[in-house]
Amino acid sequence: MSEIISSVVAHYNYWIYIALMMIGLYAVIGKKNLIKKIIGVNIFQTAIILFYVSIGAKKGATIPIIHHGPGGGHHETTASVIEASQYMNPLPHVLMLTAIVVAVATLGVALALAIKVYNQYGTLEEDEILSRIRVR
Amino acid sequence: MKFLGIIVVVITGALLVYTTGDFPSWSDPASPASTHVSPHYIEKGMHETAAPNIVTAVLADYRGFDTLFETTVVFCAGVVCFFLLRIPGRSPFTECQYRHKATGITVRVKHDRKMSGSFGEFERIDTLWTPHDLIIQTACRILIPFIQLFALYVIAHGHHSPGGGFQGGVILGASIILLAISHDLRTALDRLGEKAHAILCSVGVLVYAGTGAVCMVLGFNFLDYGALARILHVDPVMARSHGILVVEVGVGLAVMAALIWIYSNVSSRGNYDEGL
Amino acid sequence: MLWQLDLVILTLVVATAIGAVAIKDLLGSAILFGAYSFMMCLLWAIMGAVDVAFTEASVGAGVSTVFFVAAVFRTTRRTKD
Repeated sequence: MSEIISSVVAHYNYWIYIALMMIGLYAVIGKKNLIKKIIGVNIFQTAIILFYVSIGAKKGATIPIIHHGPGGGHHETTASVIEASQYMNPLPHVLMLTAIVVAVATLGVALALAIKVYNQYGTLEEDEILSRIRVR
Repeated sequence: MKFLGIIVVVITGALLVYTTGDFPSWSDPASPASTHVSPHYIEKGMHETAAPNIVTAVLADYRGFDTLFETTVVFCAGVVCFFLLRIPGRSPFTECQYRHKATGITVRVKHDRKMSGSFGEFERIDTLWTPHDLIIQTACRILIPFIQLFALYVIAHGHHSPGGGFQGGVILGASIILLAISHDLRTALDRLGEKAHAILCSVGVLVYAGTGAVCMVLGFNFLDYGALARILHVDPVMARSHGILVVEVGVGLAVMAALIWIYSNVSSRGNYDEGL
Repeated sequence: MLWQLDLVILTLVVATAIGAVAIKDLLGSAILFGAYSFMMCLLWAIMGAVDVAFTEASVGAGVSTVFFVAAVFRTTRRTKD
């Protein structure tokens, strides 16, 4: 029993990330409105970014900015040795930081496409767009 | 479709939850992701780049190629939005409407005739025109300089505190977008025109790639900022730090211009009227 | 890190995500997506990823909400599901 509880405590974060991912996936599959689909893609994306960032978390570590003396960050640092376990893993942060900015740029492209579709067909619902395409 | 969607989602979710059993427990310091490359960055990053914020050092120096192409993606997104939405040629309105600011009287002018006389008392409006709130306009006008100052601080201080080119660029873009929302899009375009968006966006990417090219001309690898030591007359470690700053400025310019470009195209459906 | 705070914010994230997908009004959906992004930013801040949290606060909660509102304003608020 205690094994199950410790396993739950160690993994419940991952389950919630998966729940978020599945909410996004459902919005992409099940919703018919294009803006809703774009929101679903974004939720999926942030869930994956959340998963990546959580990989970098370490117990008892601090934010990945080296504690340096009053010398203003010159490289002759006063701290003699830096332990890797004192600081969070910066690598996932770097990868995901750029991913977030790219996400908003691609969101702009997606919304531009949605506006273009609306101008052409007068609706954002997928089934109405498809029926209008078939009529032509 | 909905029922099918729920089935697919539940099956995928169940499979993913099943695989989490093999994951290292959450925030485990000994997990494989935290034991291979990142200890080098944490322990040596400060000595090799003189940037206490390791995220900035890795972003602009160790993984400079990654960031270069991410910036290029942002640039491409701006260009794509422009090509998708912008209506070329003359504006679709056959007549322009001008509103007298003091009295609120609207004057319609045919497109081939130019508005003459004192233009300052009139403002150009569209049929969508709604009254702007004086309180919001004044508050935003006072706030915007401070937001821009903060953005410049974020770019310049990215070595020592959270921040850097991406965040600073986004905040700088957001300040112009705030101007476009609180006044209207034309006011923002008067300050920073359509051509300026395109030029700044390209210049940002060019600054980044150009820094790399300068390093290559000096006989080092692409984006190896240690080469800048000869130009800047500092030791190679400080040259890396300065190289990171130059690159961050490029990223900030590109991101700022791309976001404003996308906003002005999306919010006005490409014909650059008064926007939101 | 406080696990209680973590759990409360995770619950709020899931709630706002469900709300953003389920609500039958696109403007409300856009605003709830902004709230979702901000909750996500808080989550990253308590995980120690300050740079990512900063980016998400400015990008996700700020600019992308504006983009959504602009797109909804230029198309329609109406949605069937």
